[in-house]
Amino acid sequence: MTLAPAPAATDPLASVESIISGLAGAGYIASRRIATALFMATHLQKPMLVEGTAGVGKTELALCAARMLGLPLIRLQCYEGLDESKALYEWKYGKQLLYTQILKDQVGAQLAGAADMASAMERLDGVGEAFFSERFLEPRPLLKALREPGGAVLLIDEIDKSDEAFEAFLLEILSAFQVSIPEIGVIEAITPPIVFLTSNNVRDLGDALKRRCLHLHIPLPERSLEERIVASRVPDIEQTLRSELVGFVQGLRALDLRKLPSISETVDWARALVLLHAHALDGQLVRDTLNVLLKFEQDIAAVEPRIGELLAHASHA
Amino acid sequence: MQATLEDFLRALRAVDLRISPAEAIDAHRAAAAVGYGDREMFRDALCVTLAKSADDVDRFETCFDTFFSRSEFTGATADDSGHGDDATDEPTSNGAPSLTQMLLQGDAAGLALAMEASAARARAGEIQLNAQRSLITRRILDGMGLREVEARIGQLRDSADAGDAALAERLADQRRALFVEAGRFVERQARLHTAETARRLRESLLARQALTAVKPHDFRAMEALVRRMARRLASKYARKVRHARRGRLDVRKTVARAMPHGGIPFDIVWKSQTVHKPKIAVLCDVSRSVAAAAQFLLLFLYSLNEVVERLDAYAFSDRAVCVNDLLKDETVDDAITLIIDRVGFRPTDYGVALADFEDLQGARLDRRTTVIVLGDGRSNFADPRFDLMRRINEQSRAVIWLNPEPETYWGQGDSRMDAYQRFCTVAKTCNTLNQLERIIEDVLRTYLPR
Repeated sequence: MTLAPAPAATDPLASVESIISGLAGAGYIASRRIATALFMATHLQKPMLVEGTAGVGKTELALCAARMLGLPLIRLQCYEGLDESKALYEWKYGKQLLYTQILKDQVGAQLAGAADMASAMERLDGVGEAFFSERFLEPRPLLKALREPGGAVLLIDEIDKSDEAFEAFLLEILSAFQVSIPEIGVIEAITPPIVFLTSNNVRDLGDALKRRCLHLHIPLPERSLEERIVASRVPDIEQTLRSELVGFVQGLRALDLRKLPSISETVDWARALVLLHAHALDGQLVRDTLNVLLKFEQDIAAVEPRIGELLAHASHA
Repeated sequence: MQATLEDFLRALRAVDLRISPAEAIDAHRAAAAVGYGDREMFRDALCVTLAKSADDVDRFETCFDTFFSRSEFTGATADDSGHGDDATDEPTSNGAPSLTQMLLQGDAAGLALAMEASAARARAGEIQLNAQRSLITRRILDGMGLREVEARIGQLRDSADAGDAALAERLADQRRALFVEAGRFVERQARLHTAETARRLRESLLARQALTAVKPHDFRAMEALVRRMARRLASKYARKVRHARRGRLDVRKTVARAMPHGGIPFDIVWKSQTVHKPKIAVLCDVSRSVAAAAQFLLLFLYSLNEVVERLDAYAFSDRAVCVNDLLKDETVDDAITLIIDRVGFRPTDYGVALADFEDLQGARLDRRTTVIVLGDGRSNFADPRFDLMRRINEQSRAVIWLNPEPETYWGQGDSRMDAYQRFCTVAKTCNTLNQLERIIEDVLRTYLPR
């Protein structure tokens, strides 16, 4: 996929239309609602919570938005047990330890002239401050995003996988774009980043978090939108094949399957068919490549006997 | 427009969207950012700010469409005969055309505006129940000046002039059309604002309804209610488990870890208290009388899977069989039908069922397992096997017996409930969702450290 560089002359965030075309330039075919959501997120300076089934393009939206705006993308993948030290900052313990060892003599010399315990402590206090400065701070994704001078796109991926405690900890960053580090103080964002949070609905997110975010639910796309997405992602696919395969996938979504194929599966399938030099869908081809589309044994078994029917339907529609 | 937006927010709250003042402010900012010119963009902008889940989005869209739709005035047709209006009508004191004038001239836009204004004065947006509809309609019409029109019609009818009589009839026709319009307007308001009140009323009734007497057409609503109750409990207890895990400083481990750093404690270790997730084994009577209650109990427990570590479910009428696989693979109503096909409709025998339960589950009972029995304790005079019940009680953390029958029936006829009760930690009547929720919450609570 070739990337068109973001047009620098006009501001892609100026209107919903310019966002749609900007995202298309970055390789993302956005519906009007998605573009409006991004428009609101940047204008109200609020984080955007993106929900939808796996493979519907939630993470891709953040990647393409970053590409469109020419901003660095900083990504934080959430998982159970993720905590501040991995997400925000950590003290460089090793470096601190090393410095104390090396500077031992200096410290000794500093304290040599001290008359009594109290004044020695006084001097030591000043030295102690030096060890808890930004020099020894290891920034993690969240802090990095705040300190990016030109702004950044911050992607907090799969927030539903993290613990509730972490969710609560995010609140300060999401509402005020600042963090408090006890030893240093409050660090504010130089330019507030554009924040995307994605969720697969593994668990319900807290109301406090939802309240601070704009909410965007990306549904499975309609036929015409999906065709445009496939065309943008797999440009060398023939038009008839494209329309057939999208029709087939749309037919599959009407079935009662354990995991419905989403956009990423359609795109993968289109790529696979192009690699196989296919020009049109036929029963055998579909049967051979069905495992690209369906990820469960039961689903494949359920769909196989109905391939003919689905194909007929797909070419008619 | 600000007032309209506020009205819309109130309509959204009525369909159960939670909109805090902060979100209301966001909505105003969003509206200011996109403007009111483009309906679709306005809708999308409000939608991303206010709807917080896929479910909310659906409700938002329905509400938006109902709220921002205005039907044309169909009754008011332009007066083409040019019947001398100017002579008969006197303008109102503030210069605005009177209702009579608007009706006679067929001024649809004017009528619509007047109705909106009058509705706002009559606070039609605060309608709560369908029963208030006629009252509010009347208030709106009065506010628009209907009395004056009626007086005018009377006056014209009394007059001897034929032209006046015709005018009176025309005015009466227009008045009827206005009635229809106002009725339609109030109905739309009612749809916006009362739907949720009615739903809530029905749900609170369902929660108190006897489980064994739930009508099939209420099943769907009941199921939704059960799932919501279970989710509430699950989120409540999930939080408590995490909170309880925080422990105190583990001095020994911290000192040990500090050794390599020359005694400087870089790694601080906390004493942690493991909180065990509940393990639950359920034994459900699915004979005719109890099957409905069993369905909701199983549904409730399966909706709790987040906070329950292990759930084993058994169903019986005489032989008990494990139904975990059925409940895992099928939807709950299908599963219940299959279970009843498999074991239902045979004479109940608690003795045999307990023996089967002991065989299948006995080895897995431990101090972390709560056994929940659901049944009426009516064993058709077969051997009740109290010895097994005692053993189950000794081996498990607690035995909770839920009986759909009221306590006064226990021990009467073939009921051995009075005797079984002695081997239970808790034995309770449980025949409504509210009771069910309370009991399950008690079970969950016992697993929290004090």
